[in-house]
Parts: sequence; structure tokens; C-alpha cells
Amino acid sequence: MARRAVSDQPVLDEPMSTVAETQIKLTPEHDARRGPSVRSRLQDLLPKIVLAPSFAATIVFVYGFILWTIYLSFTNSKTFPSYAITGPRAYQRLWGWTFDTDPPSSWYTSITNMGIFGFLYIAICLMLGLFLAILLDQKIRGEGVLRPIYLYPMALSFIVTGVAWKWFLDPGLGLEQTLHQWGWTSFHFDWIKNKDFVIYTVVIAGVWQASGFIMAMFLAGLRGIDGEIMKAAQIDGASTFQLYRRIVIPLLRPVFLSAFIVLAHLAIKSYDLVVALTSGGPGGSAWLPSNFMYEFTFKRNEMAVGSASAVIMLMTITAIIVPYLYSELREKSR
Amino acid sequence: MLRKLIIGTALATSFAFSAHAADVKEVQMLHWWTSGGEAAALNVLKQDLAKEGYAWKDVPVAGGGGDAAMTALKAMVAAGNYPTASQMLGYTVLDYAAAGVMGDLTETAKKEGWDKSVPAALQKFSVYDGKWVAAPVNVHSVNWLWINKAVMDKIGGTEPKTFDDFVALLDKAKAAGVIPLALGGQNWQEATMFDSVVLSTGGPEFYKKAMNDLDDASLKSDTMKKSFDNLAKLVTYVDPNFSGRDWNLATAMVIKGDALVQVMGDWAKGEFHAAKKTPGTDFLCYRFPGTDGSVIYNSDMFGMFNVPDDRKAAQVALATATLSKSFQSAFNVVKGSVPARTDVPDTDFDACGKKGIADLKKANEGGTLFGSLAQGYGAPPAVANAYKDVVSKFVHGQIKTSDEAVTELVKAIDDAK
Repeated sequence: MARRAVSDQPVLDEPMSTVAETQIKLTPEHDARRGPSVRSRLQDLLPKIVLAPSFAATIVFVYGFILWTIYLSFTNSKTFPSYAITGPRAYQRLWGWTFDTDPPSSWYTSITNMGIFGFLYIAICLMLGLFLAILLDQKIRGEGVLRPIYLYPMALSFIVTGVAWKWFLDPGLGLEQTLHQWGWTSFHFDWIKNKDFVIYTVVIAGVWQASGFIMAMFLAGLRGIDGEIMKAAQIDGASTFQLYRRIVIPLLRPVFLSAFIVLAHLAIKSYDLVVALTSGGPGGSAWLPSNFMYEFTFKRNEMAVGSASAVIMLMTITAIIVPYLYSELREKSR
Repeated sequence: MLRKLIIGTALATSFAFSAHAADVKEVQMLHWWTSGGEAAALNVLKQDLAKEGYAWKDVPVAGGGGDAAMTALKAMVAAGNYPTASQMLGYTVLDYAAAGVMGDLTETAKKEGWDKSVPAALQKFSVYDGKWVAAPVNVHSVNWLWINKAVMDKIGGTEPKTFDDFVALLDKAKAAGVIPLALGGQNWQEATMFDSVVLSTGGPEFYKKAMNDLDDASLKSDTMKKSFDNLAKLVTYVDPNFSGRDWNLATAMVIKGDALVQVMGDWAKGEFHAAKKTPGTDFLCYRFPGTDGSVIYNSDMFGMFNVPDDRKAAQVALATATLSKSFQSAFNVVKGSVPARTDVPDTDFDACGKKGIADLKKANEGGTLFGSLAQGYGAPPAVANAYKDVVSKFVHGQIKTSDEAVTELVKAIDDAK
């Protein structure tokens, strides 16, 4: 490319090239004689200045308070925080409760439920979301109508979802009662009243709410795949299934990462869904660690145990997300 | 432009500050009495104070058990922003008093003679270190049976005097095709019923030792095992859909005649009143069989905070108004509970209220007034919630036998002490 001498005019009269190659210069070029100008330095710094307040707030309110919670978990805090370190008694109690399986302690129930709920919620949402996105991507006619219909449940809060599904799944009020009235009297669906199955009703309500959003993410990802690649594969004789399995889904890996992060954080946050849907479940069988933390910190005035449970939740999530993030982002930088 | 904006903001905020400094004749009250009947009851106090020229600043935080309100209170107190008073239950008052944030009403108490008129059991919670820190508003008791009279007459039942009578009555109801026992399968409801079962099975002395003193020997005893057996028997009389049901829906079942009886505190009476039912004609109130002569109570109290001097006059006015005989009568008639003073005349109360007042007086004098463990008046919240967990797990089948239940109960209470 012919290089002009140092000037402030945008470079417009270059030979036509593809979009990927043209560099439209809108900022003043560096003055080779005097170094970077104040204006350009300011404009380099501008994103950092804009982000600085949020960054500071995150450092204090997220990481600062994480440290505060970790500190409290080693104290003897009951109703109010106390700052005298007394040792890891809270952790010892939690450790003991982890092995109380018959009858299950609240902590054991919480962590097993988190495992069941987390795994099913994330896996089903991803699969369902991907499946719906692939179906919607087939250039069907009603796509503009169907897409928002699938997406709407995301607009509801967990509380509304919980209450609505509670009525729907209640054997005396909802689905079972309606089918009985319509004549199918041997139908039973009382999972929500059953201590072993109530956690699956939480999965149902959660999946209903979030799959639309995951579908939208995957749809965006699918739209971003270059049509040329798909056509080339079809010319080479790939079946539709092979096409999706070998080409499209691997190309969607960044979307999987984002969707996984979103779903994981929604699953951890699911305090209100459990409360609204099950009020804790029969005998407390639907508790998740967030319910356990709230119950112990605010209702039982056992702040140290609540803090310890929160720290364990954090460590669990970190153990899962950090390696995943690391492996995904490391490959990207190659 | 920017300069104008800064000056404008500064002026606006300065007005906000000056407005605060001038406010002294104001009472700021945090509570969770947000349902229709409860709010109407609190309105009586609001009007009483308005007559004396005090403005009422309501800080309502909805949520039946008061959890949300107590969390909001914790935040306010931690920020140093004390309300004039807050609705609080038992051990919360003591916790805050131990943290040193409560005010001192001893002078008002002496002047009004609260030492003599407030039952001794309540004073355990409203007096800390010799100083009055809370004004009790009412006394609810939990060992009641609420029976639909029409259904009772249909099956030919009479007041059950012993637990076995009660079981026979439930059998009669079952045979007649009515749901015998209306229960909501939430842990506090199951534990509230269990409080009555323990008192009925073991008697007043046993209840006090086990549920208030948390004596290991009593908790491990055969009497406790029998209490769990009795609870299991009662649970066989509930409908299959009871899990997770709210308490007022269970009361509605009794009001409508779908169920015969509910074991619940006397706040259930408010539901009957709201449905325009009268005691004796539409519904019957009996003490839980085997508990006549004792009262298992919980009490709403207004905890008074250590407010700055310019707000102390308003606080004294609030405390005096709360424990005035006229307010105690008017409020408790609407709320369904019994006055926190034993010397309030019972002329305005209905039949069940009159019985409640008489029972309270007798229990106070006889030393059979006990704090409800399920309602947070028997022991601190850590213990109370551990207890509720064990009872709930027993009712829902995670704990399978009474022996196991006793073991778990002892373990849970010891761990939470």
C-alpha cells in the first residue's frame, strides 16, 4: 500500500480491498517527531477511566466481601458479626454433617441437591437450547414469532416461575387434578410433595425458564457461522447429522462457554426458586446450599456456619469454572 | 451547565437533611403485620398516638414469620439507623440487648406498674439486666384445637379430654368421610403441633424440662419417644396433599367443613373472624386434650431501641400507649390474642378470647406458662430451628422411627446449643 506522509487526513483513496483488510484511520496518527499526542493518550485511557468505577466497586463489594465472609467463617459469629478468630469449628460442623446420610442432615441434602440440580439444569438447558436453536435456524416461516415465545419465560423472575409451577404441579390444584377431572383418574404426578423427587420439580421449573435464553444464545452463534463452510461440507457429502456434530457444534464452543457460565451462576443463585416452588420441600428435602446459608445466617443466628457454607459454595464453583475458563481462553489465544 | 447541576443537587440534598433534623414527634415502627386483620389491629395504636400528636412512620416488611423483617432490622441497626421500635420475638430482644443497642424503659415501667401486670414469663424476655427493653403487645398461645361445629355435630363428637379421646374423635371423622386433621406440612406448623403433643404426653413439668431447659435426660426419655409415637398417630389422619400447605389454607379447610379440626395457635381465630364465623355457633375452641391448665405461649413485643434523646419522648409515648389497658383490649380483640397485661377486663372479647384470658391468668399464677419451642420462645433460634427440622423430617418420613427421632433430636439440640 502506498504510504502517505504524516498527515491528519483519513486515508480514503486506497485501492479497493476486502473489508477485513482496510484500515479506516479515524484517529490522528502519531506524530513521529513529538511522540503520542495528549488527545490520543486520553483516548487510549478512556475505556479504562470509564470502567474504573465499576472495577473499584467490584473489587470492594465482591472480592472485599468475599474476604470478609472467609474471615467471619473462622469466628464465632452468631446473630451479629464478631471479629475474634476462634478457629475452624464451623467447618468441622459442616464436615461432620456431610456424612450424616441417614437421616440426611440439611447440609448433606443441600450439597446432593446442588449436584443433582446443577448437573441436570445445565445439561438439559444446553441440550434443549441447542436443539431448539438448530430447529429455529432451519429458515422456517414463523421464526420471528416463535423466538420471542421461547424467550419470554426468561423475563419472569424466579419467584413468579416458582409460584406458577407450584400451582401447576400441586396434585390437588394443577395438572393431576385437571387430568382427573378430564377422566384420566389413574394419573399421578405428586413429585412436588415427595421428598425424593421434589428436587426434580425444581429442575423442571428452572429449565422451562432458562432454555429460551440459551436457545437465543445458540441461535446467535449459529447465525455467526459462515455459510460457506456448511456448503463446502455438504458438497463433500456430509450428512446433516455429521454436519452438525463435526462442524457446527465444535464451532459453537465459545457459545457453550458463555451459556455454561450463565447457567452455572443461575443455578447457584436459585434460592428464590426453591422457596417459591417448594417452601423448602417436605422436611427440607429441596434445600440448596443457598437456602442452607440463608437459613443458618439469618434465621438460626449462626453466622459463622452460614459464612463457612458460602465459602464452600465458592470453592466448589471456582473448582469447576476456573479450569474450564482457563482451557477455553488459553486455546483462543493460540 | 455542570455548575448549575452541582449547585442544584447540593441545594436539594441540603433540604432533605434539614427536614430530618426538625422531626421529633414521630414514631418509626418496623413490623410484619401486613395482612388485613393485623394491619387493622396496628391501626388502633396509630390512632392512639395521633391523638397525642405523634406522627406514625410505618416500616412494614411482609413475611409471616418475620424473617425478612428481622433481616431488614439487622441491616438498619448495623447502619446505626435505629427505628423507634420494632416488632420482635423473644430471643431476638435478648440478642439485641446483649449487643447493647436497646433503650431503657425502666422509668416508664415503674410508673405504669408493669412489674405487677405483665406475666413473669414474658418479663424474662422484655427485661434485660434489670432494665425494661421491650413492651409486650400480646400473648398468643399454641395449644388450641379449632373445630368446625357443623361437622362435629354431624359425627356426634364431644370435647376430647384426653389424647385417646382425641384419636377416637378423629376416627369418627374419618369414618364420616371428612378429613379428620387439617395440617399444613411446613416445619413450623408441624413443630407447633408437636409442642402441644409433648405437653399432653408428658405434662407441664416434662414440657418445661425438655423444651425450655433442654435437659438431656428428659429429651432422651421414653416420654419423648411416646410423644413422637403420638405425633405419628396424628399424622395418619391428615390428607395426602398436606405437604407444604400454608397455615391459613388449612384453617380454611376447617372453616369450609372439609376438615374437622386444626391444631394451631389462636391467630387462627382471626381467619374465622374474617370469614364471619362466631365461636360456639360456627366453630369451637378447645385446649389441646391433656393441656388444660397450661398455656404454651409466644408473644409479640415491641423492642425499644437506644434512640437519640430528641426521639426518646416519642418512644415513651409509644411504650405507654402499647401497654395501656384500652389499647391492649382493642388490639387483642382484633388480633385474636390475649392481652399482655393480666389486669385488662375481658368484656370486649369473644368466648374463646375470654377463655384465653382466664387460662393465661391461671397459668401465670400456677407457673404453667411455658414458652413455645416451635415459635421461638422456648430456646434460642439455633435450637428452635434444629428442633423444627427434626420434627419435620419425622413427619415426612426421612426419620423413620420414634427411637431414631429421639436420638436425632438430642443430637441436633446439643449441636445447636
